[in-house]
Amino acid sequence: MYNTTYRRASSIDEAVKLLSDAEDGKFVAGGQTLIPTMKARLAAPSDLIDLRHIADLKGVTVAGDRVKIGAGTTHAEVASNAALAKACPALCHMASHIGDPHVRHMGTLGGSVANNDPAADYPAALLALSATVHTSKREIPADDFFTGLFETALAEDEIVTAVSFSLPEKAGYAKFPNPASRYALTGVFVAKRPDSVRVAVTGAGEEGVFRAGELETALASSFDAAALDGAKVSADKLMSDIHASAEYRANLVVVMAKRAVQAALA
Amino acid sequence: MGIEGIGARVARKEDKRFITGLGRYVDDMTVPGMKHAAFVRSPHAHANIRSINVDAASDMPGVIGVLTGRELQADGIGNLICGWMVHSKDGSPMKMGAWSALATEKVRYVGDAVAIVVADTKGQARDAAEAVEIDYEELPAITDAVKALDENAPQLHPEAEGNLIYDWEIGDSAATDSALADAAHVTRMKIVNNRLIPNAMEPRAALGHYDKAEDHYTCWTTSQNPHVARLVMSAFYNVAPENKLRVIAPDVGGGFGSKIFIYPEEIVCLWASKRTGVPVKWVADRTESFLTDAHGRDHVTEVQMAFGADNRITGLKVDTIANFGAYMSLFSSSVPTYLYATLLSGQYDIPAIHANVRGVYTNTAPVDAYRGAGRPEATYVVERTVETAARELGISPAELRRKNFIREFPHQTPVIMNYDAGDYDASLEAAMREADYDGFAARRAEAEKRGRKRGIGMSCYIEACGIAPSAAVGSLGAGVGLWESAEVRVNAAGTIEVLTGSHSHGQGHETTFSQLVAHRFGVPIEQVSIVHGDTDKVQMGMGTYGSRSGAVGMSAIAKALDKVEAKAKKIAAHLLEADESDIVIENGEAKVAGTDKTVPWFQVALAAYTAHNLPEGMEPGLKEGAFYDPTNFTFPAGCYICEVEVDPETGHTDIVQFVAADDFGNIVNPMIVEGQVHGGLAQGIGQALLEGCHYDPATGQLITASYMDYTMPRAADLPSFRVSTTNTPCPGNPLGIKGCGEAGAIGSPPALINAITDAIGNNDLTMPATPQRVWAAMQ
Ligand SMILES: Cc1cc2nc3c(=O)[nH]c(=O)nc-3n(C[C@H](O)[C@H](O)[C@H](O)COP(=O)(O)OP(=O)(O)OC[C@H]3O[C@@H](n4cnc5c(N)ncnc54)[C@H](O)[C@@H]3O)c2cc1C
Repeated sequence: MYNTTYRRASSIDEAVKLLSDAEDGKFVAGGQTLIPTMKARLAAPSDLIDLRHIADLKGVTVAGDRVKIGAGTTHAEVASNAALAKACPALCHMASHIGDPHVRHMGTLGGSVANNDPAADYPAALLALSATVHTSKREIPADDFFTGLFETALAEDEIVTAVSFSLPEKAGYAKFPNPASRYALTGVFVAKRPDSVRVAVTGAGEEGVFRAGELETALASSFDAAALDGAKVSADKLMSDIHASAEYRANLVVVMAKRAVQAALA
Repeated sequence: MGIEGIGARVARKEDKRFITGLGRYVDDMTVPGMKHAAFVRSPHAHANIRSINVDAASDMPGVIGVLTGRELQADGIGNLICGWMVHSKDGSPMKMGAWSALATEKVRYVGDAVAIVVADTKGQARDAAEAVEIDYEELPAITDAVKALDENAPQLHPEAEGNLIYDWEIGDSAATDSALADAAHVTRMKIVNNRLIPNAMEPRAALGHYDKAEDHYTCWTTSQNPHVARLVMSAFYNVAPENKLRVIAPDVGGGFGSKIFIYPEEIVCLWASKRTGVPVKWVADRTESFLTDAHGRDHVTEVQMAFGADNRITGLKVDTIANFGAYMSLFSSSVPTYLYATLLSGQYDIPAIHANVRGVYTNTAPVDAYRGAGRPEATYVVERTVETAARELGISPAELRRKNFIREFPHQTPVIMNYDAGDYDASLEAAMREADYDGFAARRAEAEKRGRKRGIGMSCYIEACGIAPSAAVGSLGAGVGLWESAEVRVNAAGTIEVLTGSHSHGQGHETTFSQLVAHRFGVPIEQVSIVHGDTDKVQMGMGTYGSRSGAVGMSAIAKALDKVEAKAKKIAAHLLEADESDIVIENGEAKVAGTDKTVPWFQVALAAYTAHNLPEGMEPGLKEGAFYDPTNFTFPAGCYICEVEVDPETGHTDIVQFVAADDFGNIVNPMIVEGQVHGGLAQGIGQALLEGCHYDPATGQLITASYMDYTMPRAADLPSFRVSTTNTPCPGNPLGIKGCGEAGAIGSPPALINAITDAIGNNDLTMPATPQRVWAAMQ
């Protein structure tokens, strides 16, 4: 790791100010992505602005059919939140399968969505749930937020403050983990609403998280795993690497979508 | 046996310090004035070095010195060597390319060391290492050993034309060809043994300290064999004469073979300490471990197994290409030859065997011994072929094996080895019973109903341990003898120190070796200390690898104990006024057999040192040493059965049961043996299911250079193992021990792959059997 200066912010405004004062600063939340990158000397921020002590970024609220989760909420807190477990158990299940206990107790929702790793779990959930990303500047629909591999709509000095969504009728998540990293080799989040079904896929797309339109159409007419029997998704635009070919991922998208639907109906 | 003697399940003495964080590893060592090193490493797989400019780096904060290969060579530090001479079938010696500890003209793999920076802190050393300017002329790289033999492949070393190190053979080619020609059936397979990265928990490290006052060097290093390190560093690398070089391998956190070899870093740290005038410590980070620890396996093999009409194996022909990486590591030449092809007879009576092995240079990390070293590769070839043959012949895999088992001992195979003892039916029966092999069909049918594909596979392995008779390995090209030494020092008040040339890096020697002493004299193991890992304390030793510490190291201790016992009996007889032949030593006392006349053990010891009343002419003291040179290899063998369920939609494999029935001969501590088997199985299953080292074929970059891409086995990947042992004592050593350290890693991969191929009905499956590969094999 190169030398860096650690700074602790106690409010969102202070964090933004600290960043603008820094030569080449970066926000740090759980540090589960940023710190390993720095240790490998692949990132060298002059200043680290710690967001973990900002009270406004914390907590989960379920009010009526709206859910709002502060960006500083850890994966473990999401996984174990009782109100959320009642309202949207699929999200708790998803969070409980991120990394390992250490990662889940340090890593945060905000860090995960800001980082937009193409194999991260949260982006699939946000896209399927038609969530809104709240930032220090504005509100951005998930549809517009994830713009490519490790790319988001965020500006340099913009902080994710929370994520909100209205409760779906049913939702489910199924993940096939990468055998080495345990990130998603392919993960599918499905959310059913009275008038629509969304199927969001992570881990597979060449350009990051995406919606599987053909599967959404099939499920819109009948929200049942059997509706996906014989369904195929194209391997074009899917990733190929040492762990999985695009063809294999195309298969996993359908299999995981079925399992996500089964989970949603269970 | 006593509660702490041979055969007792004694908890490991050393574990208290290990599990409470009190172990002391190289990185825990510190010397006044110590500074830190970082190595500048090649980012290219293959390149000429046009120039190296260290000026900017030398001016960086905290930098004490930046040294390159030019200074190293000017100081007369020798090239690294491979210590086992293997000759090609045309009689020519192996072609060893020059390996300088710091590359001067050419780099040959990503991670090749080019320079060392010594600075006040590790961070400063790393910063300065990045500031060393090296002008490289990139060359095309080759990572695949088969392709490296192509005419147009990039060439690594001028010494090795066509990248060929040797083209070696063993066995009778003509007899094997005629067995194939006359066969009723021939099973043919192409078998890849995947390349592995060792991943010891503790990364490699070295602390070199040159003491100007004494003109003496000390090296703390992560070594499985500190004496061999001292020998090689003085005799071949000219670091310092033996009497001026002390090598200490303190607690070492796992080796699995990768810490046998002498690497550039320990040589360079010692030399740099003299050059810079400060003690120099280097500790690998995990990336350096991935890039530069010697890798394992990496064979591509064509095999043909011939059968008579009665399903007896009549011949075995094997053609193997072995990837050596960029340089010949210390024992690399022996692994795909004498540690591999000599085991191709497996547990079977095969009249004709021929193996051809080509060793090949590639632009990858050096490849050398890794847990099992050659024997897993042989077992995988034989056991996958036998199982596949059974499927082709339509007979049960167990039956085909039984038909061909060796049942008379000693048995001379056509490939050097002379098996001394074994009972292969016994382990096969034990494993089949434990696995309820006969109930498999019902379990498969039940799984089918759940939409799962269930399969069962077995593997009957044999290995050669207890390496090795010195004269025999000498005749095969080994540069060293493979005996072991021990010294037993009884202190004046009766406590005992055992000095051994074996080295413990996880094996539990402090416990098992103490048990041996407890067994002999009936003293509690707390009163026994095991001293190892320091060339100033132990005169000479050959270290720990090849499951040799029990069979060879403990045999040396047993010999020294014989001498101590003989002298102690003489003293006791004198004190008790009895005949020496009537004295027995047990339960911490010497007594006259059949009487109540006794003298406590400590009084015998005290008498030896007070020397007030010793038998006429006896020297004072009670301390004896011994060297033990084995008469043969030992031959652990066993049967492993694995049962799996495959998810047909994803290709994911669940291991539903794994049964191991091993014959290790006599066992000193069953709990430790089980631990060794569990660890070995985890590694073997890791190889078969999860671990695969990948280099990018175009650039030679290591893709699996972190745990994000290299899959280590996790607890959740493994079932609860069911292990048991049968016993045919080894006739070749005083303790009847065969060795157990590698069996798990040797025997398990074919059992697992045979189970998966059984489940999916396709024999063509390459390790690691990742979900994607299994899924593809089902399409
Ligand atoms: C071993 C391991 C396994 C993992 N497995 C998984 C897995 O299975 N699935 C998965 O989805 N993830 C996985 N992760 C990633 C983990 O979820 C991380 O926690 C997450 O990606 C980043 O969150 P963080 O809070 O740690 O962010 P940090 O590492 O602190 O920051 C990451 C990036 O986001 C920025 N950032 C952080 N917070 C904010 C904010 N509020 N607003 C704007 N920018 C911000 C930072 O500046 C930085 O660029 C794993 C990580 C590890 C180390």
